[in-house]
Amino acid sequence: MNRKKERLIKYLFTTLAFASLAFLIGIVLVLFKEALPIFAKVGPKAFLLGESWYPTAEPPEFGILPLILASLWVTAGALVICVPLGVGSALYLHELAGPRQRAVLKPVIEILASVPSIVYGFFGMVILAPWLQDTFELPIGLCVLTTSIILGVMATPTVASIAEDALSYVPRSFREASFAVGADRWQTLTKVIIPAAGSGISTAIILGMSRAIGETMTVLMVAGGSAVIPSSIFDPVRPMTAAIAAEMGEAPVGSEHYNALFAIALILFLITFVFNIAAELISRRFRLKLGLSR
Amino acid sequence: MKKIMTILMIAGLGASAHAGKVVIEGSTTVLPIAQRAAEVFMKNNPDADLSVRGGGSGVGIASIIDGTCDIADASRAIKPAELEKAAKRGRDLKAHIIAMDGISHIVHPSNSMTGLTREQIKKIYTTRIKNWSEVGGPDLKIVVISRDSASGTFEAFSEMVLDKKKVRPDAIMQASNQAIASIVARTPGAIGYVGLGYVTGTVKPLAVDGVMPAKETVLRNKYLISRPLFMYTNGKPAGTIKLFIDFLKGPEGQKIVEEEGFVPLK
Repeated sequence: MNRKKERLIKYLFTTLAFASLAFLIGIVLVLFKEALPIFAKVGPKAFLLGESWYPTAEPPEFGILPLILASLWVTAGALVICVPLGVGSALYLHELAGPRQRAVLKPVIEILASVPSIVYGFFGMVILAPWLQDTFELPIGLCVLTTSIILGVMATPTVASIAEDALSYVPRSFREASFAVGADRWQTLTKVIIPAAGSGISTAIILGMSRAIGETMTVLMVAGGSAVIPSSIFDPVRPMTAAIAAEMGEAPVGSEHYNALFAIALILFLITFVFNIAAELISRRFRLKLGLSR
Repeated sequence: MKKIMTILMIAGLGASAHAGKVVIEGSTTVLPIAQRAAEVFMKNNPDADLSVRGGGSGVGIASIIDGTCDIADASRAIKPAELEKAAKRGRDLKAHIIAMDGISHIVHPSNSMTGLTREQIKKIYTTRIKNWSEVGGPDLKIVVISRDSASGTFEAFSEMVLDKKKVRPDAIMQASNQAIASIVARTPGAIGYVGLGYVTGTVKPLAVDGVMPAKETVLRNKYLISRPLFMYTNGKPAGTIKLFIDFLKGPEGQKIVEEEGFVPLK
């Protein structure tokens, strides 16, 4: 009886575990199925490198280069914010903070991660954008800079918590050996701990990038939405996620526009897929380097 | 527990298969009117079962031709190609004008401009005019704000003002009337366009070709950047559909039209 129950439970959990795989395959299939017609119609090169996005004009133009570049610009900008903030917080938490600071800071960072993205978007639209607009005397505050700042803050908890994990995986023996040969705390940190945790920290940064490039609600609210190739951080832009969110509701099902939006989603999926594979590979190397079992 | 759920589900299915169900689909511009009207209508007629959804004018008309909805909301008149398709399927679509909508061009209250010509607006939206000083205003870069190109309001604006020319690519695209109004309200160089109902004290409406956008000018056909909003039915409406359309055109429905920021028919 007991064994039977055990086997039943085993099958149940196996099914549940493989359900995610089924979802992933389903998503990929649908993305490809709905996206392919537009590649057949416009051609992959014209789609990816075309510079005008006029999906509803007569005749329509489906060039998504401005959208791809917009996503990359705001993600790069977000990195400038979230890497120092996230890695810095991780180092502080791990190296300098006493138990009392940790007890306050860790939950606070976690709360930052759980703030709904629309709240960030609202903050960006109502407070940050007008402030930047006045400070830099911009024609309009909805631009790459505003979006990057908000996305950077949103990605900070991801980077901080994964980087902190990476630091905590560095074996005590490394530190003790470093102190034993007479290195001081700063030397130990920069010459031993950070290099040892380096690939773990890289993983943290890549996952932060995934977080930033996939964010939708916030960019829809603060990026401005102009489908132009950005030439400065003060330009309004239309990242891929914003284009999909803004247009999907009105695109007739099965139309070229609809297929084009799926194709954008496919490109976005491939980008984050590459990010995640990279993160996985790097973290595997990191564990090997530290002699941890996989 | 599971049993109760199953019973509830079957009961639910039974109810939705009931003949009295009316599906309303189409324009997102008309959506708020249809939604509010359906709510009030169902409160007054507890037997009626209306289901309202958006999708866009084109989607609504395609659905009524396919027979998957009973009333198609549209913020534009039906196109010849659609009429032809309807005729082929043996559908006789009847148009019901339920409200009027005027598109107001708005600027920041500090802007000294009071009006523009339609031609100037067209040039502003298609890049040829870039500074307010070119149209007699202050020396200030124009920040062009538009609705997303998939919206019905954009379509109407594109047709009535731009003659279907493309909006400059660096225009700020926003997803709603409200977003446009709030950006214009805090951006000194901005110009945007919104439905009449969104013109509040925080923005300044412009006259177009000397006519101010207002309920009266829209109704008297003096303000030309305006359009009727339609509901299409298959053949002459009957039963619940007729009751609902009559309700919308009647005083209570027209009050909803006004409350939602559109121009009532009278």
